[in-house]
Amino acid sequence: MTEVQDRAPSPVQAQAPRPANKLKETSWVAPVIWGVIGLVIIGGIWLSWSPLKQGASPLLYNNQDDPGWISRMLFQPTTLGQKLLVMVVAIALFLAIMGLILWLIDRPKIPTGVVLAGFLGPVVIFLSIGLLWSAIKTVIQSFQKFDDAGAANGFVGLDNYAKVFSGQNTQVLINSVLWIFLVPLFAVAFGLLYAVLVDRTRFEAVAKSLIFLPTAISMVASGIIWRYVYLAPAPSGKDQIGLANALVDLVGGTPQNWITKAPLGTFALIIVMVWIQTGFAMTVLSAALKAVPDDIIEAARIDGATGPRLFFSVMLPSIRPTVVVVLTTVAIASLKTFDIVNVMGGNLPKNNILANAFYNALVVRQNGLAGAFAVVIFIIVTPVIIFNVRQMKKAEENR
Amino acid sequence: MTAVVAPVPVPEAQLSARKLKAQQRAADAKTKLSSPWASGLAILIAILWTVPTFGLLINSTRSDPAPQQSGFWNFWNGSTSFTLGNYGTAWSGNGGTPLYDFIINSVVITLPAVFIPITLALLAAYAFAWIPFRGKNIMFIAVFVMQVVPIQVALLPLLTVYVKVGLTNSFWSIWLSHTIFGLPLAIFLLHNFMKEIPPSLIEAARVDGAGHVKIFIKVLLPLLVPAIASFAIFQFLWVWNDLLVALTFSGENTAPITQGIQGLTTQFGSGGSTILPPAAILAMLVPLAVFLSLQRFFVRGLLAGSVKG
Repeated sequence: MTEVQDRAPSPVQAQAPRPANKLKETSWVAPVIWGVIGLVIIGGIWLSWSPLKQGASPLLYNNQDDPGWISRMLFQPTTLGQKLLVMVVAIALFLAIMGLILWLIDRPKIPTGVVLAGFLGPVVIFLSIGLLWSAIKTVIQSFQKFDDAGAANGFVGLDNYAKVFSGQNTQVLINSVLWIFLVPLFAVAFGLLYAVLVDRTRFEAVAKSLIFLPTAISMVASGIIWRYVYLAPAPSGKDQIGLANALVDLVGGTPQNWITKAPLGTFALIIVMVWIQTGFAMTVLSAALKAVPDDIIEAARIDGATGPRLFFSVMLPSIRPTVVVVLTTVAIASLKTFDIVNVMGGNLPKNNILANAFYNALVVRQNGLAGAFAVVIFIIVTPVIIFNVRQMKKAEENR
Repeated sequence: MTAVVAPVPVPEAQLSARKLKAQQRAADAKTKLSSPWASGLAILIAILWTVPTFGLLINSTRSDPAPQQSGFWNFWNGSTSFTLGNYGTAWSGNGGTPLYDFIINSVVITLPAVFIPITLALLAAYAFAWIPFRGKNIMFIAVFVMQVVPIQVALLPLLTVYVKVGLTNSFWSIWLSHTIFGLPLAIFLLHNFMKEIPPSLIEAARVDGAGHVKIFIKVLLPLLVPAIASFAIFQFLWVWNDLLVALTFSGENTAPITQGIQGLTTQFGSGGSTILPPAAILAMLVPLAVFLSLQRFFVRGLLAGSVKG
């Protein structure tokens, strides 16, 4: 202790010496704090579980009343001033709470359980209500029936899942499979090709930015960009408006209605997703290519390997783990993406994929069916992720 | 405390080694792309990837019915005139909700939705990395698994909670949702970065009498700035570009720009057609500016998020 006190001690330490059994006296604090955290979680679960009563007043804010300016600012902002103010209030409130927590736990001899509650408590509350419990509840909902108002109305066994796997939804499943396999394949192929082609050239940075641009912008914006590429064919004799049909005209083909034709629509949308994901694949693969040890390449060169041969027999095997990680990451992204189909698919069942089918069910308050779609997405994703984690570990070890 | 302030020597050594390597590679670069076929192919891909965006940019400057009646390449044959008026019309909404309203909402949504999850994740990552406690491994695995959970699974139950509390017309529901969905990946990534910091630094601070809070704020935060920047950009783009969370939780006054332009696509035939291209271009500007100015951090974050385990 003397050594510590030689260096400038913190104000708390400078106070009168504490009794030696201080640690014991405060040992009840940690269980109490964690108990409160547990109560908050149970409260959140109860809120989400108890049925939604028609006409019941919300806890914090009811827009049916005539609220004052401050509560409108907090819970229903309409003007610029109210919006900016509520943002500042939110950040300030968060900072104040976190500052208070950190100040409270920043004392010597405080039990580890209390320190942990300060560091982990908020996250534990958020994740256990928001993700863990929500996922469990969605699984339960997927076995329930819902009335038009969106209230649970008894269990129906596997009915919702039967709907997912029958009727128009079989096309949704087929399309999703096409997305999961085609998008990663082409995104990685183009990304890898491009990464190799521009590697160590003078324009590498600019060239990469061009391809990465679609990855940075929103998928809604991408959807709008491609709407103009896929515009419907012009009446015969007139010039085409859409780029795709103009190109088809140029080579003497028949202009198509890209989005509304049956298998064509899905492929048209897949091209958009490939266009978006190639930038991601290119960036990650390019970094992997640059990490291939020079001596390996040098040795292969001395052995006479050049060009494609060098690439396929030396470079590709050494970045194989990264390729697998990118493939799976893009596959999961394709499965979860709903924006493109929502914006461009024209709400046609034949263009639909699981993530958008989920959203469509949500909009019409078929919570059970929506839950079933979400669970199916979850079930498909899980093995891919497990595989991915194993590959990542392998990639780590190889480095 | 001197040991704490001293820079970590490892990255510097790596940097110079990397520079050397880069120079070596630049030396034999000439042999690499000598083939005109390779350059041609690269240029072809670059053009293919750029033309759709370029077309929209051209269309956004063509006067009224032109984008609906002829392709953007007719811009150069003199049949349509150049105008920036579309941008003005889009900005003021052409009778509907003005675009600036959506952009304000996006800003109001994004700042707390980036700041809050990163702060919480930093604290949690510190606990996982440097505070020993029972059940740590199980909890960390749980967090890792939660990254996997598609957000679709959590939307409906969260919506029920927000309806009951009365948050459906406010920004709180959107902030809370983005915080919840951003936390698992943020904790996981920041934990990886924190683990790379030499334990001797933390040990030295502890001997100096610093508690966990002081170590976290004075020792770890300054060293983690690049990692925080990487994830902040990631989360920023995620929130700014998000559509699903916005559509599910936003009220009529809290819709962000993505939802704004998504709404425009449904009125394509009518007045929407003139303002759709400029609106989409305006919506792209912010993520593009962020990406181009902070590219270095972004690529780092991307790599950490995908390749690193």
